[in-house]
Amino acid sequence: MNENNNLLVRLKNCGVQKSSKWIVKGISLEIYKGKIVTLIGPNGSGKTTTAKMVLNILQSDEGSIENYSTKMAYVPQKISIDWTMPLRVIDFMNLTSHINKDEIIEALELTGVQHLIYKEIHNLSGGEFQRVLIARAIAKKPDLLVLDEPVQGVDFNGEIALYNLIKEICTKLNCGILLISHDLHFVMSATDHVICLNGHICCSGSPKSIVKNSSYIELFGEHNAATLSLYQHEHDHSHQADGSIKN
Amino acid sequence: MFDDFFIRALIAGVGIAIVAGPLGCLVIWRRLSYFGDTLSHSALLGVTLAYSFSLNIAFSVFIISTVVALLLVSLQKRTKLAGDSLLGLLAHSTLAIGLVLIGFLSYIRFDLMGLLFGDILAVTTADIGLVWIGGSLILIVLYFIWKSLFSATVNYDLSAAEGMRPEVSNFIFTLLLAGVIALSIKMIGALLITGLLLIPAAIARNISSSPKQMIVIAILSGILSVVIGLFASLEINTSSGPSIIVVALILFIISLVPLEIKGQLQKR
Repeated sequence: MNENNNLLVRLKNCGVQKSSKWIVKGISLEIYKGKIVTLIGPNGSGKTTTAKMVLNILQSDEGSIENYSTKMAYVPQKISIDWTMPLRVIDFMNLTSHINKDEIIEALELTGVQHLIYKEIHNLSGGEFQRVLIARAIAKKPDLLVLDEPVQGVDFNGEIALYNLIKEICTKLNCGILLISHDLHFVMSATDHVICLNGHICCSGSPKSIVKNSSYIELFGEHNAATLSLYQHEHDHSHQADGSIKN
Repeated sequence: MFDDFFIRALIAGVGIAIVAGPLGCLVIWRRLSYFGDTLSHSALLGVTLAYSFSLNIAFSVFIISTVVALLLVSLQKRTKLAGDSLLGLLAHSTLAIGLVLIGFLSYIRFDLMGLLFGDILAVTTADIGLVWIGGSLILIVLYFIWKSLFSATVNYDLSAAEGMRPEVSNFIFTLLLAGVIALSIKMIGALLITGLLLIPAAIARNISSSPKQMIVIAILSGILSVVIGLFASLEINTSSGPSIIVVALILFIISLVPLEIKGQLQKR
């Protein structure tokens, strides 16, 4: 019963068809509050399409979708803002809801970009904009957060810090997270459920069980799979989002 | 005072500029200038139909523009032709049909130049009421769908995912655009309406740094263009539409100056 109360989204045998070709097919997944579900898979394997079904942007052409989320937030993979739109970070933070300034600053501090609040979006670097995107989604305090390759373009130390932040947010807001990521290290060390996609679900389960699965090894190569199953993250210090060392 | 045609034109023109400001910004942000052009070209057909069936011109133009917008959507689903080709097809064929129909209506005397380029002498007291009441309605609706429309302009997927219902606001936006064209055809003319939408917004982009600021500056420069343009049109006896647009163009060139200076300073 408890599990059902925490259910946010359930996809049952869903798929999307485009000009009579299936982009993804037979997708079943569940997202619960306080849990991180990760989608991994090669380019064109339907990760973003699956995320869009979860977000209600795309209709499923088969199966059924149950969505109990009351507030979803989305960090899209690609977003380009036309030069003709003079948009500052603070305007962007308020895009789909009204958030007060203290909360905006707080969220931007979490991703280490509070100093950019009055900058125009066009003048940000790729990594800075990515941090703003994540901050905007967090500031909404969603119960379901969908992140499509959220740390692309972010420097290496920042990447680790942002992933740690995502994990932290998941617990703090008790929100469900659907993450699309190429960073297998993080996937293996911090997520609760992994789904391997390649047009359909190749395999899914806990990170530990996945690395032993033959279709996972086939998809990512024996070498990668072996390294990852041995992967352990040892650090004698940790970083804040802006890269500085946390005491 | 209201029986003076010039004052009437001034009051109606300022009303149109106020409505055109925010809609023009959206047209620029969404890269819809050619879409606006198509709607305004089809407006001529609306006018001829209004004469044929003795309908209200603004009403008939609004209906035709809406029909053209819907046709575009259904054509996009049926063919793989690019959006701009479909827009060109609709723009020129509706303009052509409008002109052919005018040929058939030889028993009515048409002021073709007036329809295409605007005529301030044609603005009546009723037109002023129409512009201000219709304009207020457009702005009120725009106010209520703003958040959805604006977020969808920035990113459609994000807006849809976060429950803003962008498909609804997009549709309403098309109706509002048809509405502003209907309101301004008498004054500006079918061929030049998009200019009054675009140029003030373009001026505003050059000198503003937030969306709200851009809208306010677009409205102000629209009003300035209308007022100066109408005075010029009275003084040197030119059509009202072209005069307003030429003034707007001059303001646009002036607005490039601060941008130039900023660029030069950054180079140093």
